[in-house]
Amino acid sequence: MPLRQLQYPLNMFKILKYSFFDLMRSRWSYVYFMFYLLLGFVLLFLNNDISKAVITLMNIIIVLVPLIATIFGVMYYYNSKEFTELLLAQPVKRTSIFLGQYLGVAGSLTLSLIFGLGIPFLCYGLFRSMVIWDFALLLVVGGFLTMIFTALAFNISLSNENKIKGFGYAVLMWLFLAVIYDGIFLVSLIVFEEYPLDNFSLAATMLNPIDLSRTLILLKLDISALLGYTGAVFKQFFGTNLGFLVSLGTLILWTVLPISRLMLKSKRKDF
Amino acid sequence: MNNLDLDVENGGIYAVLGPNGSGKTTLIKSILGMVIMDDGQIEVSGQSIKNNWLYRKEINYLPQIANFPGNLRVNELIKMIKDLRNKNNRADELIQLFNLNSFLDKKLSTLSGGTKQKVNILLAFMFDSPVYILDEPTTGLDPAALLNLKDLIRKEKQAGKTILITSHILQFVEEMADQIIYLLEGKIYFRGTMQSLLKKTHQTKFDHAIAAIAIPSEHV
Repeated sequence: MPLRQLQYPLNMFKILKYSFFDLMRSRWSYVYFMFYLLLGFVLLFLNNDISKAVITLMNIIIVLVPLIATIFGVMYYYNSKEFTELLLAQPVKRTSIFLGQYLGVAGSLTLSLIFGLGIPFLCYGLFRSMVIWDFALLLVVGGFLTMIFTALAFNISLSNENKIKGFGYAVLMWLFLAVIYDGIFLVSLIVFEEYPLDNFSLAATMLNPIDLSRTLILLKLDISALLGYTGAVFKQFFGTNLGFLVSLGTLILWTVLPISRLMLKSKRKDF
Repeated sequence: MNNLDLDVENGGIYAVLGPNGSGKTTLIKSILGMVIMDDGQIEVSGQSIKNNWLYRKEINYLPQIANFPGNLRVNELIKMIKDLRNKNNRADELIQLFNLNSFLDKKLSTLSGGTKQKVNILLAFMFDSPVYILDEPTTGLDPAALLNLKDLIRKEKQAGKTILITSHILQFVEEMADQIIYLLEGKIYFRGTMQSLLKKTHQTKFDHAIAAIAIPSEHV
């Protein structure tokens, strides 16, 4: 029956719509939006240079966006547990419920980011500047990081019945990818300095979406001084354009993989 | 839960009772497809529930805990569930019955526990489905709402619906149920009418009979 096949994405969209409404009205969405709004205005008007503002923003975004997405994802999942059970009892496919909720969370966070940073940049006269593409890339990467870390957070919550444990694992995951990973990476570069490390550092960067995002933005900005070792290897290995495409592709893979596991896991889980 | 064989005919009120951890919730969740069985088979209105989700159109479910997205308004929540089920409904009639008119524009996070339960009942009863599953339906209700709920359940029964209820309020069970299904350690320990339960346990009162049933004795 074609109607039956149509019902599946339709139901997902309905669940997405209401999750999104619910979240957009939450106080935390406003706080998140206001934070970026303030950050954008302060950075632009304190630093008269838009490219410097973009770099500072990048440094904040690649750490803060994953943290907020992780916490929001975990909190949303556990808070809506009973409501999810009500939805599970409706004639709706499980994957439409979880995909809908996931896209509602990731979508509302992405919108807060885009509007929060977009408004100050527009006020400053973004369109007169050549930095518009750098800025757009910053928002795209912010969107990807939101999607990736919300999906990872949903995965962790789905696998842990215990709220405290789930929350703990999620924060640890963020801490590992945002802070500890770089530390280990640097230490291993120093320890193994006598060996050729090109392939190692390429792989290490690919395996961490935060590092990958940083490299992607720096490749676009083309600031050799800031590229660091990995960036330089990337640039040397792929050239700026291919490096950009490869890292973007890997970022997409980082988004698709946790979403697929989310769908698989939700199909098999007992609630 | 294993070796549970239960066949519920169309029509009537079935109370599923049992101590904590006896498998009441697991039974309900298996029927709803929330818990996936390792083995065994469940059919609702003749359709197997395995790898199927459309059969849930036949079931109205009242969950035990009424916890809804806090920033949605009551009427938005009702609209959401209507959208998902796409079926004729009698939401307006139930809004009148439970006096929910003044709450329609309120956010769900601001409602009291009893009012949330009324919304919960409304969501479960607004569609015309052959099977009802009610998990602790009386939680937090005031006396007037409780009377309304009992009337609703009786009307649905008269309309030939099959209603499964779990409740810890024995008075409510005694008043409503046609049949008792008593679960113990994942098995059906007793199934039958109130009279046969009293007879089997040699008791005259329902609460004593329920207390006595789980204690094995040579008379039973």
